[in-house]
Amino acid sequence: MSCGNKGDTVICRCEEVTRQEILEALADGARDLRGVRIRTRAGMGLCQGKTCERLVRQIIAEQTGVNPAELRPATKRPPVRPLEIGLLGRDDDDSVK
Amino acid sequence: MTRSDVTIIGAGPAGLAAAIEAARAGAKVVLVDENARPGGQLFKQIHKFFGSREHFAGTRGIDLARKLCQEAQELGVQLVLDTAAFAIYDGRIVAGTTPKGTVQIESERIILATGAMENTFSFKGWTKPGVMGAGAAQTMINLHRVLPGSRILMVGSGNVGLIVTYQLLQAGADVVAVIEALPKIGGYAVHAAKVRRAGVPILTSHTVLEAKGEPEVSSAVICQLDDFKPVAGTEREVEVDTVCLAVGLTPLAELAWMAGCQCEYLPALGGFVPVHDERMETTVKGIFVAGDVTGVEEASTAIEEGRLAGIAAAASLGLLSPDEAEERMTAAWERLAALRMGPFGEGRQAAKEQLMKVGKAG
Repeated sequence: MSCGNKGDTVICRCEEVTRQEILEALADGARDLRGVRIRTRAGMGLCQGKTCERLVRQIIAEQTGVNPAELRPATKRPPVRPLEIGLLGRDDDDSVK
Repeated sequence: MTRSDVTIIGAGPAGLAAAIEAARAGAKVVLVDENARPGGQLFKQIHKFFGSREHFAGTRGIDLARKLCQEAQELGVQLVLDTAAFAIYDGRIVAGTTPKGTVQIESERIILATGAMENTFSFKGWTKPGVMGAGAAQTMINLHRVLPGSRILMVGSGNVGLIVTYQLLQAGADVVAVIEALPKIGGYAVHAAKVRRAGVPILTSHTVLEAKGEPEVSSAVICQLDDFKPVAGTEREVEVDTVCLAVGLTPLAELAWMAGCQCEYLPALGGFVPVHDERMETTVKGIFVAGDVTGVEEASTAIEEGRLAGIAAAASLGLLSPDEAEERMTAAWERLAALRMGPFGEGRQAAKEQLMKVGKAG
């Protein structure tokens, strides 16, 4: 249900991607979540799509007629939670007390 | 690197139950959670559960959480709190961020009990301060004792919407209305009746079109729906400072996807969920699932699935004889079947059977 949705409504909050930009990505040939993501960055922000993935899936399904079951999430890669970049390179991992 | 027999991600009802069963069987169990205390959503469930006595009817979630935490502690479960699991590598190494840095846990078996996250729904102005998930509002009032607002519009009449409405009233807020896009109320009649008795209208076939106000919400425009389409001329503006969205939950399956577990889309279970067998094992050997991550249900079902996963993980390590494991798992399945009866349970039961059939076919 998105009858209160206007083109300038933000869909991906982290990357500030609007509904209009997602529609443009679809017009440009995007057909799945990854296609929308690489064109608009929707789902690439701090929450990694936790908020918008479902909304983007809905828009794609309603615009293209694709079954939502076919719209798998874009690839999940580490880290799935925000992480300080410096932590990844460090080798101070130690045991849990 | 820390080593464990069984690493469980998520210390809600499913994770705690899994930890208890695996530890009882003699496994070295590490239970990871991103929060400062274990218990998951149970600590904010101040209402009493329904159902049969063996499913904790009459018990409040908060008391159940205390009992499970104590049991896990007595069995020697190692709790790793304030730690968010951010990756699974090679199907056996769980990586997490701690307040001090990172931690890696090499695990013989992994149980994902990561739960679910709240859905949102987009409309004009939904990103303004004052629009929030109903679960978030519940966390604020019941855990942090902070009222999110004083005049509230609740969107969604499922059990979450109804229960949180009642708890917001108890906390001292005014709930202006509960609105529901469907032509009928989504949750249990008993919760709906309580809300109605308190004088809150439940408007079916209604939706929210816009949250107004600058910068934060000061009113919301709602309207009637006919076959999910707005009926022109029925728009009206209600003065509210908070719009709570109770529009369902989505399983938090990102670690399962990352680990390569096959996932299927089953709307009755909340979206894409990891496929599993009767032992709660996913399509990746050694990785098990339990609770909302594999289908949004209730705390009681999450506990039974957690038990199954804990028993199965311990048995696969040779810590339980096949007969013992079989006996305990059969008992848990019988309790699950009882929980999945009735108009609310049957749809989930069918979806769960479908999920396990996919697992077998694979």
